[in-house]
Amino acid sequence: MAINLDDPRKFRPLVGQAHQVAMNMLRPISRKYDRAEHEYPRELDMLAAMIDGLSESGAGEGAGAAGVRREDDDATGATRNGANLASVMSIAEMCWGDVGLLLSMPRQGLGNSAIASVADDEQLERFAGVWAAMAITEPGVGSDSANIRTTATLDGDEYVLNGEKIYVTSGERADHVVVWATLDRDLGRAAIKSFVVPRGTPGMRVDRLEHKLGIRASDTATIIFEDCRVPRANLLGSPDVDTSGGGFAGAMATFDNTRPLVAAMAVGCARAALDLTRQLLADAGVVVDHDRAATLQSAAAARLLRMESDWEGARLLMLQAAWMADNRRPNSLEASMAKAKAGRVGSDITLGCVELAGTIGYSETELLEKWARDSKILDIFEGTQQIQQLIVARRVLGLSSAELR
Amino acid sequence: MSLISSLRPGGRHGVPTSEARDPVGYLVAGLSRLAQSDLLDRVGLRRPAEQAVLTVTRSGFRTVTAASRTFARAGDRVPGARPAPARGSGVFDLTPTEDEQLLVDVVTEYAAEVLRPAAAEANDACAAPEAALRAGLEIRLPILGLPESLGGISEERSAMAGTLVAEALAHGDLGLAVANLAPGSVATALGLWGTDAQQRTYLPAFTGDDVPCAALALTEPRVLLDVLAPATTAVRDGDGYRLDGVKTLVPRGAEAELLVVGASLEGRPTLFLVESSTPGLAVEGDPAMGVRAASLARLTLDGVRVGADAVLGETDGSTYTECVRLSRLAWCALAVGTAQAVLDHVTPYVKERHAFGEPIAHRQSVAFMVADIAIELQAMRLLTYKAAARAAAGEDFSREVSLARTACADRGMRIGLDGVQLLGGHGFVKEHPVERWYRDLRAVAVMEGTVIV
Repeated sequence: MAINLDDPRKFRPLVGQAHQVAMNMLRPISRKYDRAEHEYPRELDMLAAMIDGLSESGAGEGAGAAGVRREDDDATGATRNGANLASVMSIAEMCWGDVGLLLSMPRQGLGNSAIASVADDEQLERFAGVWAAMAITEPGVGSDSANIRTTATLDGDEYVLNGEKIYVTSGERADHVVVWATLDRDLGRAAIKSFVVPRGTPGMRVDRLEHKLGIRASDTATIIFEDCRVPRANLLGSPDVDTSGGGFAGAMATFDNTRPLVAAMAVGCARAALDLTRQLLADAGVVVDHDRAATLQSAAAARLLRMESDWEGARLLMLQAAWMADNRRPNSLEASMAKAKAGRVGSDITLGCVELAGTIGYSETELLEKWARDSKILDIFEGTQQIQQLIVARRVLGLSSAELR
Repeated sequence: MSLISSLRPGGRHGVPTSEARDPVGYLVAGLSRLAQSDLLDRVGLRRPAEQAVLTVTRSGFRTVTAASRTFARAGDRVPGARPAPARGSGVFDLTPTEDEQLLVDVVTEYAAEVLRPAAAEANDACAAPEAALRAGLEIRLPILGLPESLGGISEERSAMAGTLVAEALAHGDLGLAVANLAPGSVATALGLWGTDAQQRTYLPAFTGDDVPCAALALTEPRVLLDVLAPATTAVRDGDGYRLDGVKTLVPRGAEAELLVVGASLEGRPTLFLVESSTPGLAVEGDPAMGVRAASLARLTLDGVRVGADAVLGETDGSTYTECVRLSRLAWCALAVGTAQAVLDHVTPYVKERHAFGEPIAHRQSVAFMVADIAIELQAMRLLTYKAAARAAAGEDFSREVSLARTACADRGMRIGLDGVQLLGGHGFVKEHPVERWYRDLRAVAVMEGTVIV
């Protein structure tokens, strides 16, 4: 094999499909659900059915925010371009359409990623086809997820959950929620486990929906658990409290899989802004000449060139992280690098495009202003910019979380 | 010079022409003149210690290039042998081939054991030590870019291998890397674009034991330089061409025996092969902020006559443009290697350096700078590899190399800047190499066509 960073040839049809869906299904309703916050995008049911159909036929490898599992069946030693690459590429394409709608895609929640990543075989089978939201953040706990206060107490054959979760994406629409709770707050991160809670379970209720800066098509819920009882078998992974840190590391490892997906969202959203701005500037007579130095071109062209360079860098970091996962290499560092770069570049680019397009960019008549609002969350959820830098710094410097806090 | 103009301060010493002197200014200027005068020395008023030697800033020699090898003409004026493009697999892959990895291992060792230890002295001397250059020849750097059919070592187009090698060399030292890569860049150009005659005339020297020094000369001394529109001109003159103009920042220009010079021919940028023994060529030292080990020189062409067979490649600008792209690719690779050197140096430093009772690496403001270096460096590397892989496969890489160069120039400079900052005062003194990397990394946005891969 040899170094090649062009898009995998085998995923061209998949990406092409996703692009057509994004262009013809998501874009036409993009502004509608930005305005009608909290209204359920009915159109997505048909799309979800289509994606399920593609998955069953085997043609839609990773067509949505599906979970990612390290496959152990490949012994050929050849480089794999597998489900992880397919996922980031198709998600980027869908988010070129609309990030909020992608996040609202039935059966493609982040909870599905968690299930797919850490569930045992029995659970995989039992939770096949569900739509699972992910509930980690609490009113007093954001990035320091080891400090969550929601408790899970074993009582007979059931766990009893108590606590409040906020910022649950698709928390009202999903039919299941994966909840992070601690078995024993004194045991710290080792005692944190995730539990699958079906909607309608007594003791669980959606308290309210947030009004947000962006991704308004996606509902963001506050969910309260009061003596909410779930079967013992709904604890994902091992119930053992491993104080050596392995258990929490396992839960956190989910992020190694989901962070490249969020990077993909930022990459897709930023490309939407770049594509439109490039055309608007071309209409105004400004075109980037790739053979001439930025200093010889107009300020607008030079800015566009810089943004495109940043975007391509973020995209390649995203592909790298996914490629490493496909080839079963540890990618925690690269996943965080991808999310850090894509998160900040996503904001820089979408805001820059509004500035370059000026009044056209700022007005609701175009979607540029919307993308500049949508992109901000991507530098926050699944680990903020600062958390990604912390992870990268610890890895690069070889420091523990006690040394570099 | 009239009295009035000699009294005006602007236009010299970096002073804009809009500046004016007030009475105090005239007094200070007068004192300055006196201080510079030999008179003080003749009457013994100046202490010897004040006689600092300033010759390095501009060496000022101006000689017709001494070296004058005769390249025996051979071959026909038909297209030469061409390296085959690398076969694309269509699979996204970040793994080098076995051959590439082998090459990188050898070059990495050479960079660490020969280049890095020689770097500081070479920077001071504005010259690469003979030993460092000889070792580069021993690992066959000059023929790296040549296909086997031309006596080289590549089976196919070697832009990817060249990129990996340039990166590995620059991890040792960027200036010495450029000094080492200059002759091979000309050989690579001959392999890519030379006629059969040009290849047979010049390449045997490169594949033999006594490799000539050679260099690419595209940049010119002016602001807002558009490398694609050289001010140097080529005019048809009888059976050949006459070249006039000034080229700058030519690596090892004073010792070069064969030069590839960019000039406008009928308004289109074109490459010309110029042997240094040609009358009308003059060279002077042209030291710069960095890349000093590459003995940068300024080249003056005053009615230089070359034959009709001196044109390298096409005259429609396409060869020249490809050369510029490949040189930008090379500079990206050099930036990646240098930025990696910065990261590798600051990492242990911030862990060992204590302030306020703990290593400064334990502070987020420091640690996050290191994290950003790592993130941007990897983005630079991937952008560069993408462009290189496309170049090797014979695909259009103009967009990719432009994006890579933008990142390597901007983010690479930032890494050089942060490298010095992370070491504080230690970063500003020559005891540590970060100040040199800072100076070298500025070159990435400026240099054109000095080396290619």
